[in-house]
Amino acid sequence: MSTVAHEHDHHHAPTGLKRWIFSTNHKDIGTLYLIFSLMMFFIGGAMAMIIRAELFQPGLQFVDPQFYNSMVTVHALIMIFGAVMPAGVGLANWMIPLMIGAPDMALPRMNNMSFWILPFGFALLISTLFMNGGGPAGGWTMYPPLVLQLGDAFPFLIFTVHILGVSSIMGAINIIATVFNMRAPGMTLMKMPLFVWTWVITAFLLIASLPVLAGAVTMLLTDKYFGTSFFNAAGGGDPVLFQHIFWFFGHPEVYILALPAFGIVSTIIPTFARKPLFGYASMVYATASIAILSFFVWAHHMFTVGMPIKGELFFMYATMLIAVPTGVKVFNWMATMWRGAMTFEAPMLFSIAFVILFTIGGFSGLMLGITPVDFQYHDTYFVVAHFHYVLLTGAVFSLMAAAYYWLPKWTGYMYDEKLAKIHFWLSTIAANVLFFPQHFLGLAGMPRRIPDYNIVFADFNMISSIGGFAYGISQLLFVYIVIKCALGGKKAKAQAWEGAKGLEWTVPSPAPFHTFETPPKLTKSMLEN
Amino acid sequence: MTSIYKKILQVLFLATLPLTVLADWGLNMREGVTPISQKVYDMHMVSLWVVTIIGIVVFGIMFWSIFHHRKSRGVKPAKFSHSTTVEIIWTAIPLLIIIGLAIPATKLLIEMDDTSDTALTVKAVGYQWKWKYEYLEDDLTIYSNLDEKSVELSQRVDSVNPMEHPDYLLDVDEPLVLPTNTKIRILTTANDVIHAWWVPDLGWKRDAIPGFINDNWTMINEPGTYRGQCAEICGKGHGYMPIVVKAVSMDEYKTWVAEKKQEQVAAAEASSKEMSMEELMTKGEAVYKANCLACHQANGEGVQGVFPAIAGSQLATKPENLQAHITQIIYGKNLMPAFGEQLNDGDIASVVTYTRNAFGNDTGDVVQAADVAAERK
Amino acid sequence: MAAKDIYYVPEGSKWPIFGSFALFVLFIGGALLFNGNANANVVLYIGIALVAYMFVGWFNDVIGESRSGKYNGQVDVSFRMGMGWFIFSEVMFFAAFFGALYYARMYSIPWLGGLGSGTATHEFLWSAFEAAWPLSVTPDPTNYDQPSDVVPAFGVPAINTLILLTSGVTVTFAHWALKNNKRTSLNLWLAATVILGFVFVFFQAEEYIHAYNDLNLKLSSGIYGSTFYMLTGFHGFHVTMGAIMLLVILLRTIKGHFSKKDHFAFEAVAWYWHFVDVVWLGLFIFVYWI
Repeated sequence: MSTVAHEHDHHHAPTGLKRWIFSTNHKDIGTLYLIFSLMMFFIGGAMAMIIRAELFQPGLQFVDPQFYNSMVTVHALIMIFGAVMPAGVGLANWMIPLMIGAPDMALPRMNNMSFWILPFGFALLISTLFMNGGGPAGGWTMYPPLVLQLGDAFPFLIFTVHILGVSSIMGAINIIATVFNMRAPGMTLMKMPLFVWTWVITAFLLIASLPVLAGAVTMLLTDKYFGTSFFNAAGGGDPVLFQHIFWFFGHPEVYILALPAFGIVSTIIPTFARKPLFGYASMVYATASIAILSFFVWAHHMFTVGMPIKGELFFMYATMLIAVPTGVKVFNWMATMWRGAMTFEAPMLFSIAFVILFTIGGFSGLMLGITPVDFQYHDTYFVVAHFHYVLLTGAVFSLMAAAYYWLPKWTGYMYDEKLAKIHFWLSTIAANVLFFPQHFLGLAGMPRRIPDYNIVFADFNMISSIGGFAYGISQLLFVYIVIKCALGGKKAKAQAWEGAKGLEWTVPSPAPFHTFETPPKLTKSMLEN
Repeated sequence: MTSIYKKILQVLFLATLPLTVLADWGLNMREGVTPISQKVYDMHMVSLWVVTIIGIVVFGIMFWSIFHHRKSRGVKPAKFSHSTTVEIIWTAIPLLIIIGLAIPATKLLIEMDDTSDTALTVKAVGYQWKWKYEYLEDDLTIYSNLDEKSVELSQRVDSVNPMEHPDYLLDVDEPLVLPTNTKIRILTTANDVIHAWWVPDLGWKRDAIPGFINDNWTMINEPGTYRGQCAEICGKGHGYMPIVVKAVSMDEYKTWVAEKKQEQVAAAEASSKEMSMEELMTKGEAVYKANCLACHQANGEGVQGVFPAIAGSQLATKPENLQAHITQIIYGKNLMPAFGEQLNDGDIASVVTYTRNAFGNDTGDVVQAADVAAERK
Repeated sequence: MAAKDIYYVPEGSKWPIFGSFALFVLFIGGALLFNGNANANVVLYIGIALVAYMFVGWFNDVIGESRSGKYNGQVDVSFRMGMGWFIFSEVMFFAAFFGALYYARMYSIPWLGGLGSGTATHEFLWSAFEAAWPLSVTPDPTNYDQPSDVVPAFGVPAINTLILLTSGVTVTFAHWALKNNKRTSLNLWLAATVILGFVFVFFQAEEYIHAYNDLNLKLSSGIYGSTFYMLTGFHGFHVTMGAIMLLVILLRTIKGHFSKKDHFAFEAVAWYWHFVDVVWLGLFIFVYWI
C-alpha cells in the first residue's frame, strides 16, 4: 500500500448516515453513546415520573399495581444499563484516546458493535411493556420465583440481559486493550489521568462480573423452560442461590457506575482549584482496593435472607472496610480544594455537589452495612434514598459535570454558563427535596416497591414527588443547553479551562476527526497530574 | 380535590411549621417494644451520630475552603499534592471508627441469632398475598388477609379516599395474637415466592423463602397492636399484605386460642350445612374480596394478559365446567394458588356460587358445601 | 511514513451494525420459541444465518487486512489482549455455574437435609429428605425424574479427559511445527486436534444419550441433573465451537495462511482450546469425580 493512499484514507471524514452506523471513530461512537444515554435517561425518567405521580398521595390514582411494579423494574434497568453505563462508556470512548495520546480505541470495529447492540437491546426490553402479561415486574434484581411468573416478557428480559452483557464485555475489553496497548510513549501507568485509571479498573469489574450475571439469568431461563431446579428447594436448589450469584455481579456493578464518577471528579476538581490532585497514588490504590473489595461484599444486599451468622459477620466486616478507601478519596478531594484558587463554573459546582451528596449516600451506606440495623433498613425507602444519593446525585451528577467540562472540546463552543448554573441549582435542590425525605419514610417503616401506602407516609411522599417533578423538568434545561452549545456560541480555546491539565486540551476545540495519528511527543508539563 | 391543594400548600410551607409538628411526621426509626428493637435503635443512633459528626467535620472543612480559597479573593493556589502523614491519619481514623462500630454490632447480631429457649413457636407463611400463621404448640392455624375496608379504599376509582382510614393498608382481618413477656420463636417461610415478614416495632425483618425456613425470635414487652408490611416485592399485591401483631397478656392469649379454636370448629360445621342462595352470595362476596379480588379485580374483569376475567368466562358460566371451576379453586392452576387448604367447603361453595352469579354471569347455579367436599381427594 | 509505523484504524464497516441486528433477530427468534410462537423457528433460523454470515464476513475482512500487511505489532497486541480478556470473561461465565454447584453441594442440600442452619427447614418442610451427593431423591420426590445412577468418572469421562489432554498436546505440536515452518507437520497435528475435538463431542453425546435414556438422569432430575447437564452442556458447546474454529484454522493453514511470526489467529484458537481443556479438568474433578 502506498503512503499517499494511506494518508488519504485517514484524512477524509465519512459523511451522512454511514458516518454514524458504520463508524470506527472513537469520537463519533462516543457521541452516539452519549446521545443514546441521554435519550434513555429521559425514557427512564418518564417512568420515574409515573412512579412519583402514583405515590403523590395515598390511594391508587393512575396505574394498576402490576404496571407500577413494571415501571419500578424497567426504570431501574433503563437507568442502570441504558443511561449511566452507556454515558460512562461514551465518555471513555471520547476521552481515553485523547487523554493517553492514542489515535483511536484499540479495536474500533468492535467498539461500534458495542454501541449498536444497545438500541437493539433496549428495543427488546421496552417491547416487553406491550406484551401479553406486561413487562418485567419483579424488580430489576429479577429474584426467582417471582420473576418466573412473568408472561411473554420473560425470555425477552433474559435475552436483553444477555445482549447488553455482550455489549458491555466488548466495551470493557476494548478499554483494557486501549489503555494497556495504546498509550503514547512516556505515558506510564502512574502518569495516566485518574479518569483513565478509574475506567480501566471499571473495565476489569465489567469483564469479571457481567458473565456471572449472564450465567445467573441463563439458570433462570432453564429453570422456567427446561425443568432445572437451581432456584427451587423441591429439587435441591435454593431461591437464595440466585441472589448470591446476582449480587456477585450486582455489587461490582454498583462500582461500575461509581468509579468513572470518581475519575471525572478527580479530573475536574484540580482544574477549577488550579492545584494538582492531592494524593494521586493513593487515589489509584483506593480505587483498586474498592474494586477488589467489591467482590467480597455482595451478600450485604441480602442480609435478611437468613444466612448463617458467620456469613453475616464476614460480609458486615468486609462492607464496613470499604468505608476506608472511599473515605481516602473524599479526603483527597477535600485536600485538593484546600488552599487552591477556586472558581465555580458548572462542572465544579456539580463536582462539589457530587462530593457532598455522594458522601451522604456513603454515610447511609455505612449505616446499611451494620447487619443488625440493616434488618430494619433493608428493603425500605431508606435504601431507596441511599442508592439514589449514590447513583443520581453521585453518578448522574458526575456525568453532568463531565458533560459541561468537555462540551467545549466536543463542540468547539462554550456552553451558556448562566443557564448551566441555573440547571445546577435546580437539579441540586430538586434532587434533595426528592430523596432526602425518603430517608425519613424508610425509617418510619415504608417498604420500597409499593404502589400505595398508609396516610402516615403521605406528607413526605408528596414532598418527594414535588422534588421528583422539579428534577425531571429541570433536566429539559440541560438538553436545551447542550443543543444550544452544539449549534454555536462563544468559541472555545484548545485549552477551554484555565486550570485544565491533560493531553485532551492540547488538541484544538472541537477535537478534529482524527487525533494523535502519530504518537505525540510528551513533555514533562504535559504529564503533570 | 381542594383538600389536595390544601395539602400541597401545607407541604410546601413545611419550613414554617414548628419542630414539634415535624416530630409527629415520624422522622426517625421507631424504638419499638422489644429488648432487641431498643438495642437496634441505639445502634442506629450511634451510627447516625458517627456519620453526622464526620459529615460536619468534612463538609465544614470543605465549605471553609470554598469560602476562603477562591480565586475571586485573589489567592494564589498552593502547590502541594501529597502528604504521607495526613494520608496515614485519614486511613487509620476511619479504620478505628468502623472497628468501634463493628464490635457492638457483632454482639447485637449474636444476640439476635439466639433462638434457644423459646416458649412458643409461630410459623409465618407468606402467600401471594396474605400471611398464614401456624401456632405449632397450640395446633391453631389462621390466615391473615388485608382488611375489607382497605380493600375497598385501594381500588382505582375516584369515589374512595384512603385518608379516611387511619390503618389503611396496615390492617388485617385476623391479626397475629402473641403473648407479652414471652420469648417467641417465629419461623418464616413462603408458599409461592419470596416475601419478607416485618414489623418495625419488633426490630427486625426476615425473608420468607419458599422451601426454606428462617429462624427468628422476639419478646414483646408492652401489650398493643404493632403494624408492619411485607418487605420483599412479591408481585401485584406486594403492597397489600400487611402484618399486624396484637400483643396481649399470656392469659388473654390462652383465652383467645381457645375461642379461636371453638370458632373454627363451629365455622367448619356451619360450612358443611346447606345454605340459601342469599347466604351463599353474601358469604361468597366476602370470600371473594379477601381472596380473589387482588387478581380478578372488583368487577371480575381480571387484568388483561395476566389474570383472566371471571366475568363471562367459559369456566364460570358454562354448566359443563362447574366441576372444573370447583377443582381449580381447590387445587389451583398456573399462577393461581391452591385454595383448598385455606378455605373450607362452605367458603369455596359460596365463592363459586358468587362468581357464577355476579359480574353479569347470572347462571343461577347454586353450589353447596357437599358439592365441594365431593371434589376433594 | 510506512503503514506499519502507525496504528491501523479501519475504515467504516457494516459488520458491527449488521452483527447487532443479527443478534437482535436471533434473540427474538429464541424468545418467540420459548413463548410457543408458531413462526419462531423461522425467525430463529434467520437469526442464526445472519450471525453466521456476520462472522464469515467480518473475519474475511480481518484476514484480508492482515494478509495485505496493514497490521503492525501494536495491532497484534490489541488482538491478543482482546482474545485473552474474552477468554477470561468466559471463565467467569463458567464460574457462575461452578458457583451454583458449590452452593448446592455445600449449602442448599445439607440445609434441606437438616445440617448446619437447616434444622428448622428440615424439621418442618422436608423431614423425609436425606442430604446426599450425587442427589437422586430430591426433597420433593414427585415431579422429578429420579436417576437410577450417575455417570461414573472413570468410564467415558476419563477417556474424554485423555482425549482433550492429548488434543492440547497435539495443538502445541502444531504450533511448534508452524514456528519451525514445517507446514505438513502443522497440517497433520492440527487435523489430529480437530479430530480429537470432534471425537470428544461424539463421546459426550453418546454419554448424554446413555444418561438420559438408561439412567433417567435429566435436566429435570433436580439439582444434580441441573448442574451436571448445564456445566457439561455449556462445556460441550464450547468444545464444539472450539473445534469449528480449529477447523477454520486448519483450512487456512492448508491454504498456506500464517507465517512463522504472524499467526495470531492460530494462537488465539489454541488459547481457546486450552481454555476448554482447563474447564474440562474442573468438570472432571468437581462434577464427575469428587
